[in-house]
Amino acid sequence: MAERAPVFLERRRYRARRMMDAVRLLAFLGIALWMVPLMWGVPGDGGAPMPMSAALRYIFGVWVVMVVVGLVLYRRTPMQADDRPTDGGS
Amino acid sequence: MASLNQLVAVCLLYVAGLFLIAFLAERAAQRGQSRWLLRSPLVYTLSLSIYCTGWTFYGAVGFAARSGLEYVTIYLGPSLVMIGWWWVLRRLVQVGRSQRVTSIADLISSRYGKSNALAIAVTVMAVIGVTPYIALQLQSVVLSLSAFADPAPGQQPPQAGQINSASAALWVAAGLALFTVLFGTRNLNVNERHPGVVIAVAVEAVVKLFALLAVGVFVVWGLMGGVSETFARIDASAIGTWQVQGDRWLALTMLSGAAFLCLPRMFQVMVVESEGERHLQFASWAFPLYLMLMSLFVVPIAVVGLDLLPAGSNPDLFVVNLPLSQGQNGVAMLAFLGGFSSATSMVIVATLALSTMVSNHIVMPIWLATHQGRATQSGDVRNVVILSRRLSIMVIMAFGYLYYRASGGSGALAAIGTISFGGVAQFLPAMLGGIFWRGATRIGALCGLGVGFAVWVFTMLLPSFGTDGVLSQDIFDQGLMGLAWLRPQAFFGVEGLDPTVHAVVWSLSLNAFSFVVVSLLSFPSPIERLQAAHFVNVLDGGTGSARRWSAAGAGSEELMIMTQRILGAQDAQAFFRKEAEAQGLRDGLPDPSPKFVQALERELSGSVGAATAHAMVSQISGGAAVSVEDLMAVADESAQMLEYSNQLETKSRELTETAAQLRRANEKLTELSRQKDTFLSQISHELRTPMTSIRSFSEILRDAEGMSADDKSKYASIIHGETIRLTRLLDDLLDLSVLENGQVTLNIRSGTVGDVLDRAVTTALAGAEAPLRIRRQPRRENVVLRTDLDRLAQVFINLVSNAQKYCDADAPELRIDVRETETGTWIDFIDNGQGISPDARNVIFEKFHRLEGAGGEGAGLGLAICSEIMSRLGGRLFYLEDGPGTGFRVELPDRLSAAEDIAARRSAEVA
Repeated sequence: MAERAPVFLERRRYRARRMMDAVRLLAFLGIALWMVPLMWGVPGDGGAPMPMSAALRYIFGVWVVMVVVGLVLYRRTPMQADDRPTDGGS
Repeated sequence: MASLNQLVAVCLLYVAGLFLIAFLAERAAQRGQSRWLLRSPLVYTLSLSIYCTGWTFYGAVGFAARSGLEYVTIYLGPSLVMIGWWWVLRRLVQVGRSQRVTSIADLISSRYGKSNALAIAVTVMAVIGVTPYIALQLQSVVLSLSAFADPAPGQQPPQAGQINSASAALWVAAGLALFTVLFGTRNLNVNERHPGVVIAVAVEAVVKLFALLAVGVFVVWGLMGGVSETFARIDASAIGTWQVQGDRWLALTMLSGAAFLCLPRMFQVMVVESEGERHLQFASWAFPLYLMLMSLFVVPIAVVGLDLLPAGSNPDLFVVNLPLSQGQNGVAMLAFLGGFSSATSMVIVATLALSTMVSNHIVMPIWLATHQGRATQSGDVRNVVILSRRLSIMVIMAFGYLYYRASGGSGALAAIGTISFGGVAQFLPAMLGGIFWRGATRIGALCGLGVGFAVWVFTMLLPSFGTDGVLSQDIFDQGLMGLAWLRPQAFFGVEGLDPTVHAVVWSLSLNAFSFVVVSLLSFPSPIERLQAAHFVNVLDGGTGSARRWSAAGAGSEELMIMTQRILGAQDAQAFFRKEAEAQGLRDGLPDPSPKFVQALERELSGSVGAATAHAMVSQISGGAAVSVEDLMAVADESAQMLEYSNQLETKSRELTETAAQLRRANEKLTELSRQKDTFLSQISHELRTPMTSIRSFSEILRDAEGMSADDKSKYASIIHGETIRLTRLLDDLLDLSVLENGQVTLNIRSGTVGDVLDRAVTTALAGAEAPLRIRRQPRRENVVLRTDLDRLAQVFINLVSNAQKYCDADAPELRIDVRETETGTWIDFIDNGQGISPDARNVIFEKFHRLEGAGGEGAGLGLAICSEIMSRLGGRLFYLEDGPGTGFRVELPDRLSAAEDIAARRSAEVA
């Protein structure tokens, strides 16, 4: 077991770093998803207008996803202070 | 129907409750209790909710009723900023902590070299930008009050209970000012943290969320009968389709995100009151959740309001009017309270943040400049700061009230809010540029802010007063001063844009453009460059650097180690032990309480200077990095200490030299004293010998009877001879003493060497028994001297008679050579004897030294006297080491003036 411990630790640190990557990238996902409405037609463009209920469901759905992913990432990155070197690349 | 009095009573009760909570929190914070609550990430997240103001509470519904889902952009922007906390907010919070930033004006000014001009500019812009916002809050409270007093038209006729909106606004403003003064300026803290206010804001956040959710639940389940029915009704309503213009969607999202970062009140709760990264990450999901809940029921309320309330009623008041019209007084009351708390929390924090900026960057610099040198006691300044804070709060509140009166309480809430957002968003380029780009300069920031602000005023603020309000219709059509490219809603001829989008795009892009270009072209001052490096590299400090301590708090061990290094182990241990006892700890290290750390800093500053001590302690305890000003203060102190140690070094060198001089003088004195003793003992001996014989022979003469005449004559002649010897000895001594004391008077005359030699040889050899042959070269003796000829003759006599006395050759012979050299005249006296042994050569010039074999005649003073005479004459007498026989050389200087000089100088020395 003693020999395998470092492997386990490395893996955990690797995970933590990927979690931090996810934290960083989540905002871009949010921007992309919330800018989708730019492609919806507005009255006067021709084509069927997007019903309000669908728009509400979509926007608040994205919101819920963001919150849940944020919460999961918060729980998965307990001490980012330990892994500050992951800043590499920023 | 709740009466107005009931409403006022509820409000007062609510405010009293807030007072109590704020007071308890403040006290707990001072005692260091309840940290888990005061510093919990939940409280931090809830305090961020002051973003949701009365505008949110009432205006969002109005916004939705007018333009559908567009309102949601105001929440999407901040949500995105929070979700992307890692990119911008993390840096801001780190900078805020490490630089002890107190406001956004402070942040921008310290980034650009602590520029006061910049701080004033930002402060003024913030006040201008936020004043309408404060007016907006007053308006929302008054509107909702009037909704209760003046029910929707058609239900009841106006009655006596109708309120005077102006005086109501005044009362609200005064009450809020009082609350802010009481809790925002109770104590001064360098960090500008206000736990009481934060807790009150958090409580208000819960109240308004609960109120809005209650209205929403009432609408969805109480009025519409469920979720699916609600959706159906929404689709069927006037705002049933997606109708948001893409450019507005994008621009408003961006604008709200920018304003979220730049609003002074947001900066206060987000950065100044922050507790670190972990809280930020907590808020990164919790705050979007809060915003989502706040906006969840907006559309249903708007749809139902449009449906149920009579046409023409103000959609901004749907939240209150809807429950009222349905007779749900409890829900309506709750809705009113929610709106009231949204407005109050925003006003409190906004005035607090603004007053900090106004007093720190405008009032205090002026006060300090006019009271230069008089602020000697820290208490003075403290009172002035608190007073200026309080006055600033009241003035800002008064501005808000006046704006409210001036604008007449008109205009949709959302429009005023957007304008305010546009104003504060102008800080964004300077702020982001400051923390990400080292090349950003002060001039660049000033230009960017100035340009952006001017464009904002021209395209957004002034047009908001309507055509022919401040700007005439001509300017709208023809442009400023007839310049077509300066039309407020069509800059550079770009027409057809939505006015808001137009203003946001142009003001921010011109702002950023001039900021970047001027920064590229200008050159920053040294302190600016240092601060730039500090701000941009704020995150690098934590990695791999052992010098930085964790922000988790002071470790007593680290403090102990550092203190030992400075005070020494014993003193440090004694100090820590004393402090531990003062804290009631029997053994071990004291807790790093603020009081202890302060005491330690004071203790250390006695050794290393205040600035250094502060920098060191804060390195360990605060986790705060050292600012450039701190460093400069440290450098000053070091320079002073260096100077001081240099002075000490010089002094100690002087002391060493003086000591050496004293030592030399002492040695000389000791030597002189020894010589004197020797001299005295020798003198006594010399005097004693003849005196003894004189005494014995005179006793014989006195006591012996019948002595023959021959004996008598023999003894008397012995006595006579001894007295002559004594007299000569005393003469010599007198002579030597006179010479040595420099009291001799030289009798300067001219004569040739030959004459002097003639006289000397004649005198010396007069009555001599043994023959001494003198060899001279009269041709070379014809050298004219100008000196004391008698004294010179005395020297010659002594040398000749010495040769006569001591020369042990069979046929004694003395050669006298005279030579003229460049420096003077040499006269050598060389006999043909054995010479003087090397040992004796060193002492022949000493007093009372007699060579062995001398007939016991002289006192041993002759050569000493001669040597003394020669030095008086400016020359010297010495033994010639080389050559057979005994040789002495008399050197006389070329010119007498030198001799006189030397003689004069010597007598001066002695005197």
